[in-house]
Amino acid sequence: MLRVDRIRVLYEGIPALHEVSLEVKKGELVAVVGANGAGKSTSLKAIVGTVKPASGMIEFEQKDITRFTTPEIVRLGIVYIPEARHIFGPLTVEENLLLGAFTSNSEKEVKEHLDYVYQLFPILKERRKQRGETLSGGEQQMLAIGRGLMTRPKLLMFDEPSLGLMPKLVSELFKTISLLKEEGFTILLVEQNVREALEIADRGYILQTGRTIHTGTGKELLESEMVRKAFLGL
Amino acid sequence: MELTTQLIIYGVLMGLVFALIALGLSLIFGVMNIVNFAHGEFLMVGMYIAYLLSTFLHLDPLLSLPIAAMAGYLLGIMSYHLLIHQILRGPMVAQLFGTFGLMLFLRYLAMYIFTPDVRSIKQGLLVGKTLSLGWVTLDLSKSVSAALCMISFGIVYWMIYKTKLGRALRATSIDSEAAQYMGIDTKKMNALAWGIGGATVSLAGSLLAHFYYVTPTVGMLFTLIAFAIVALGGFGSISGAFVAGIIIGLIMVISGHFLSELKFTFVYIVYFLVVVFRPRGLFGW
Repeated sequence: MLRVDRIRVLYEGIPALHEVSLEVKKGELVAVVGANGAGKSTSLKAIVGTVKPASGMIEFEQKDITRFTTPEIVRLGIVYIPEARHIFGPLTVEENLLLGAFTSNSEKEVKEHLDYVYQLFPILKERRKQRGETLSGGEQQMLAIGRGLMTRPKLLMFDEPSLGLMPKLVSELFKTISLLKEEGFTILLVEQNVREALEIADRGYILQTGRTIHTGTGKELLESEMVRKAFLGL
Repeated sequence: MELTTQLIIYGVLMGLVFALIALGLSLIFGVMNIVNFAHGEFLMVGMYIAYLLSTFLHLDPLLSLPIAAMAGYLLGIMSYHLLIHQILRGPMVAQLFGTFGLMLFLRYLAMYIFTPDVRSIKQGLLVGKTLSLGWVTLDLSKSVSAALCMISFGIVYWMIYKTKLGRALRATSIDSEAAQYMGIDTKKMNALAWGIGGATVSLAGSLLAHFYYVTPTVGMLFTLIAFAIVALGGFGSISGAFVAGIIIGLIMVISGHFLSELKFTFVYIVYFLVVVFRPRGLFGW
């Protein structure tokens, strides 16, 4: 479904990504793990088109989308749930969700997806008239995820969703993400919580200083010497 | 009693016109964080459109409203694409000087074409007529202009707060990066803010021309009034612009009646006090 082929990204001339390649197949949950500054977020931003690769190619459903603009990419069905959530604070919960459906033109579909999100996160329904900024951190994360589901995207990309959440909420978050996979969503997950991410992932990639250096199934990676040493401190 | 009523009514009427003038300045600031120094020049363009159509084509200035609004919309969109979008990449000062340059360009282009002569509209359905409401007599052109400004303001308000497009515009103004992730073309939203800003202020200009003289430098005064309104109402706040417009209108008309030379001084004293004591304005963040 998604194929990233040796992309290189420069920030003001300095390489942020040297050579990143990865692939996501339909229905898969793929995790990208690595240390802070390894280029995980930059990789997702390149896929959604807010940063442009200097070289390399990004293909989605056999279409070259490397030069597409962000709105065009979102319309193809790729949704990016940003790090730090980026809730529209002054807008209500429901307005935030409706903005997630901006690219949808069918009112009936929007209604259906809104009901789906409210059923997944009942607390959001309770708070639908409240301003987004009045929600707690965990509720804001639900809102960010719910907003990302409003178009039933073909590919859902999470950027460090566990950042800033209490440990109890982190395990709930990973449960939600596995649940979404079971419901048929294709997911690309970027995480610093290496163990939890690899435990729920079908496959994973290890990113180090702007390169994908290792890949395998979630289980293989968890058991690999490199991951155990570098990330799990074993 | 009669005088007080009359002053208050005129204050509110002028305030409604001011509110529509300030709306675009606030909107553009809210969406893009850019202060448009050429705002008053957009007003001047609307005034000249009403004047020219009335003088040379004998078109009633009321009929020039849609033409002025359309021209203002195009002027706003063009300013965005040809100038603002290009200087966005530059530092903050580049943006400041960019719109300042646009102001000078439009002002002196008008000076070249129309000469500095002071002109006014001589004929029209509303020009020079009065309206009697019991014990107060009002200038008909001011009353109708104020009513039309209020209606236009209401339409823009509805568009921003009740439609999907307006929701996208507000999202862009709150967090432009996140708006892109929703699939919103933020460049289009920026252009739209400039278009609406240009259309509303130019429309206000064509109404203002009913009872206010037209010169190439008229924009300066109204830019400053609009600044005072936007500061008082809160930068980027639409309802703030409405309330502050009326407050400034009242201050100007009432102080103007008693101390006519000082009426603008009072407006800028308010501006000064707001900046010092409540910099976020009445309805800001």
